[in-house]
Amino acid sequence: MSVTEIAEPTANASPEEQVWLGLYRQIFRIRAFEERAYRLFMEGLVKGTSHLSLGQEAIAAGFGEAMRADDYTFATYRGHAHTLARGTPMAGVMGELLGRANGVCGGKGGSMHLTSVEHGAMGSYAIIGAHLPIANGAAWSAQVRGSGQVTVCFFGDGTTNIGAFHEALNMAKVWNLPVVFVCENNLYMEYTPIGSVTAVEHPAADRASAYGLESIIVDGNDPDAVFEVATAAIAQARDGGGPSLIEAKTYRHGGHSRADPGKYRPDEEVAEWLSRDPVPTYRQRLQERGVAEEALVSIEAEAGADVDAATEAAKAAPPPAVEAAYTNVWADGGAAWRN
Amino acid sequence: MAELITYRDAVARGLAQEMRRDPSVFFLGEDVAAAGGVFKATKGLFEEFGPERVRDTPISEEAILGAAMGAAMTGLKPVAEIMFSDFLATCWDLVAVEIPKTRYMTDGQVTMPLVIRTANGGGLRFGAQHSQAVENWAMAIPGLKVVAPSNPRDVIGLLAAAIRDPDPVMFFEQKSLYPTKGEVPDGEIVDELGVARTLRHGTDVTIVALASMVPRAVAAAEELDAIGISAEVIDLRSLVPLDTATVVESVKRTSRLVTVEENPRLVGWGAEIVSLVGEECFWHLDGPLTRVTTPHIPLPSADALEDAFLPSVDRIVEAAQKVVQ
Repeated sequence: MSVTEIAEPTANASPEEQVWLGLYRQIFRIRAFEERAYRLFMEGLVKGTSHLSLGQEAIAAGFGEAMRADDYTFATYRGHAHTLARGTPMAGVMGELLGRANGVCGGKGGSMHLTSVEHGAMGSYAIIGAHLPIANGAAWSAQVRGSGQVTVCFFGDGTTNIGAFHEALNMAKVWNLPVVFVCENNLYMEYTPIGSVTAVEHPAADRASAYGLESIIVDGNDPDAVFEVATAAIAQARDGGGPSLIEAKTYRHGGHSRADPGKYRPDEEVAEWLSRDPVPTYRQRLQERGVAEEALVSIEAEAGADVDAATEAAKAAPPPAVEAAYTNVWADGGAAWRN
Repeated sequence: MAELITYRDAVARGLAQEMRRDPSVFFLGEDVAAAGGVFKATKGLFEEFGPERVRDTPISEEAILGAAMGAAMTGLKPVAEIMFSDFLATCWDLVAVEIPKTRYMTDGQVTMPLVIRTANGGGLRFGAQHSQAVENWAMAIPGLKVVAPSNPRDVIGLLAAAIRDPDPVMFFEQKSLYPTKGEVPDGEIVDELGVARTLRHGTDVTIVALASMVPRAVAAAEELDAIGISAEVIDLRSLVPLDTATVVESVKRTSRLVTVEENPRLVGWGAEIVSLVGEECFWHLDGPLTRVTTPHIPLPSADALEDAFLPSVDRIVEAAQKVVQ
């Protein structure tokens, strides 16, 4: 069966159903990709580290579906989901994780630096807080160019305690920038409960008023809820209404990174959040709304086929050529620092 | 035609030249707009180009450089001012980790046409937190171009080249040079990055200097001339790209090298020049490769102490004499 054939059942859906299926396609694709990425780590095919979005898929999905194709996203080192949610082909993302020449960054970025500018995925930044001021810059550029583009910047709860977060929110408000800041609060700053190191209960939302922004909290495991707040915030930014700060409550299914089994989290807490796993929960909701089973199955089959194809493409791709390490330091394509 | 203008006024003239030419050039920083900059180096720009293109920012260095970076990635050519180069430490993540690496890490998906202007170096009795010469910090980071003009003409020409360059350029203005004057020709001035200038030809020793060390090197060469030593003086102008060809060619002729840098001794840029010359001119040398630097101490504030420790004309003369003997 070709991808085109299995995708067809969604084509006749109502506009509302199209949105639901779009959200389900996003969360399922991210889930399938992240599970495969985890397996490939365990097999030793992915080197270095990785930070998965298992359990947090609904946030990237909700925003991805609410954005215009030419909008910008800025993500963190936990950025596989956000890069995929903009439509970046899986093969290039998988190739980058495996350090292969077909990687979306030619093997120079890796898991923590996925970027696909042609899809508006303007980079994944691995220094906490760094990309919030950079997202402002893209928003400023869109503002002065009058392009109507909106910038969405994702980050974790731990980011709310670093200076760049506060510098960026202040400037975004003062300059009335078309930017949406999205805090994915998964309750843990790496290994430490965020509540134990933060002066306020809601690390992002409780800071909003300091920058003249509305305090917005959303269930980050609910794709519909995320899509709704994303749509409103993006519309506000596009209409010249300025920035937003959204705190999405969610939970990592695994540890912080590959090296972390996440044993510091209480069993009851893990169990409670697993019962709110966005993928089966949303699937059930769509069934209850009368969405055809075959539409869901076809999305799942398509995602599975894409992950398989991406895995095979990455495994088959050669490692980057050694000479490639000396390219693209400068805009002339080279790396020369002397004559 | 030419006119005599200050290094300070050359900054505003260079920026205005490029902002008139290219509407995608924007300028941002602390106190730069209505106030014209704390050193008055950007006076008149706000009046000519307005608040959209000449922007005052909060005291938020990460926000300033982040805004410049994101804008550069998406179609603008920002010039960001970091008031004192010492403050680069507060936004070093942007300078060293984000701006120079993003083009590379994305394998060329983004371009980073931005300039970071900053007032660098000592001589104004400001003490150790407002007087550092840190161009060597920037030189150590792959992906940054590093420029430091020594005179008003070069301020304009190199600033224009930096703004037109598609890569990130650190533009170090030596703050004690702001009131100094130099002749500047009429009309547009645009230089090329990575081209050193030989200011004085000589046969006995090559003196390589940068920024405020250049006029001192020239003065030293004049004194050396009076005692029978013929010194060649090279204004490096740019550390990255580095015009090694000019330096190597000169040292092969003179067979001796003295570098004059404002950096504290350890890992100043002179060490890199000495290392290169050692490798590439070794068989032509007739004297020890010698560095004149600030001692490896934080720069003290008192005028008597600051004057004693920054490389002086006397110390350059002494070093050259020793090498030639």
